[in-house]
Order: sequence, then C-alpha cells, then structure tokens
Amino acid sequence: MAHHLDDHHHGKCEEALQNLYSYIDGELTDDRRGLIKRHLDDCNPCFEAFDFEAELRIVISHRCREEVPDSLRQRIAEQLAELDKLCEPLSSHPGEGAADSSSASSEHASSGER
Amino acid sequence: MADQAQFADQAMPLMGSLYSAALRMTRNPADAEDLVQETYLRAYRGFPNFEEGTNLKAWLYRILTNTFINTYRAKQRRPDETELDEGENLFLYRRLGGLEAATAGRSAEDELMDWFTDGQVKQAVESLPENFRLPVLLADVEGFSYKEIAEILEVPIGTVMSRLHRGRKALQKQLYEFATQRGLASPGDEDSPVGHHPPRTVSSDDESATLPDDDKGPKRTESSAGTETLTPAPVAGT
Repeated sequence: MAHHLDDHHHGKCEEALQNLYSYIDGELTDDRRGLIKRHLDDCNPCFEAFDFEAELRIVISHRCREEVPDSLRQRIAEQLAELDKLCEPLSSHPGEGAADSSSASSEHASSGER
Repeated sequence: MADQAQFADQAMPLMGSLYSAALRMTRNPADAEDLVQETYLRAYRGFPNFEEGTNLKAWLYRILTNTFINTYRAKQRRPDETELDEGENLFLYRRLGGLEAATAGRSAEDELMDWFTDGQVKQAVESLPENFRLPVLLADVEGFSYKEIAEILEVPIGTVMSRLHRGRKALQKQLYEFATQRGLASPGDEDSPVGHHPPRTVSSDDESATLPDDDKGPKRTESSAGTETLTPAPVAGT
C-alpha cells in the first residue's frame, strides 16, 4: 500500500520531524520514542527521511576517522613508561604491603572529584 | 595512589578517536599531535583522581577539550564563536534524498559514501564555528550522549542540543555545496526545496533498499507484522 500525506498524517509528520535528532541520538523517553516509532512504521516518507539522516551520521563518523601516526603513538608510550618508572620508588616504599597499597588506591580514587 | 601503571593499558587504545577529534579541532596535524600528547600527560598526572568505573573516554575528552580551549584557542585573538541561524530541517535530504534510490540494490549509506570524499566531510566539519563543531564532533563522530557532551564542554544540556542541531544543519549546507560543485545537484535546487519529501514517488517497491548492517546506526528490523521499523543508534561510550 502506498503511503501518502493527508491532513491526518501531517501533524504527526511535523511532530516526528521536530524530534528527529533526539530520536536518532537515542535521547527520547521510552513513551516518546514509542510514539515516533509507531509513526515511522506507518509513514514511509518520514521513515525515509529519518533513515537518510541516520545514515548520513554514520557516513560522517566513518569519514572522520584518522590513523594515529606511529611516531606519535611511540612518543606517548615512551613518555608514559618514563613517568611510570619515576613513580615506582614511591609505590614500593618499604613497609607497605601490596594489598594495603591497592586498597588505599581504590579509596583515593572513589573520593576523587566528580 | 590510583594505579597509574594501568593508565596506559586503558587509555592507549582510545588514542585513535582522540587524535581524530584533535585534528578536527586544531585543523592541522602538528598541533593535533601536540594536543594529544599534552592530553595524555595531563591525564596520566590526573589519573589518581579518575573515578574507576566511570567513563574513561568521556574523562579523556574533557581533558582534550580543556587543553584545546586553554592552549590553542588562547592563541587566537578572538575565539571563533560565530552564531549560526536555526537552519532548515532535512536540508540535504530535501535536495539529494531522491538520488539515493537511483542505483537499485545500494543502501543510502553506500550512496552517501560515494557522494562525499573523506576530505569533503572533514572540511565540512572543520568549516563549522568552534562552538558548533565540538558538539557535532562529540555526538556524530564519537557518539557521546547529550549529558556527556554537556559535562565535557561544561555547558547546559539545552545549549548542547541547540548547538548540535544548528551545527548539523550548517554541516549539511556545506556538504550540499560540495555536491553542487560535483554536479550531483543543481544550484537552483536550493531556491525551491521540495517540501517534506525528496523528488520521487514513494511506493511499496521502496522496501528493496539495502539496509545498513552497521550496528552503530539505526537499523530496520522485521517486526512480527512483517513491517520494517527503525530503531535509534545505541549511544557509544556509555
């Protein structure tokens, strides 16, 4: 059956369009998402428009991927290894058991900001 | 102290997406490399404050964004905070949507991939004013939720949504310009948008379109009634 826009559909199409990005971004409440989804099941023109927007988003995401230059990856790995070495003497302080220091660390982490 | 030895294991695999974002932010490879390097050093130092079990990727992006704003934007005399107008819904679809079905058996995604090159999409993203570019990058490329973007950029969620919507519309306008340059669409189309629907008739035969199988994007699924439905993309990074 062909879908067509009559007056009955029109208001729902407007409403769907207003929620297009929130829908595609997965940011609607379940109720609202259900409403839009039912409309898209019924209205092929709206479905096609939503589908186009969703696929455009995927294409943008794919096209913006970059390869990290090996030299950068290596430089950062070396710097982090260097910093790890500097920290080692602190964590192997005499008198501190491994179990003690790890429980202290998780306490510290959970009381951190945010 | 929090286990900084774990930092590299957890954070190094995220370098690809951080570097991609850094390139779109700084718009040149040398600055992008410096920005990513500085981000990793700051993150390493701050790792003891990272709350385990929360989103490491969002945390790293917050550091990346702050470093970018404080270091690179400070170099500019005036931050690029041009305003964008509300823009038109479905700008690109109204003008190009009809073309996607031109080749039978190909998905809209395949067609769109052919229409725009890597360079054009990157250039279109980079053409956005910074305060619109960052939300678009974080949502469309990295898949962060509105709430995460609000936290990363330290702005209210309403601001994220408004900038995201306007930024996306401006991005579509830019992509449309590339399409007209390549002769995919005629410039005259811009003056006469065809309303809600692309310039083609919709019939029951349209079900033949190839469906996206990428699990990131919305996909059609067969419902019990045999009709196809569209479900939203899962939000990455949560």
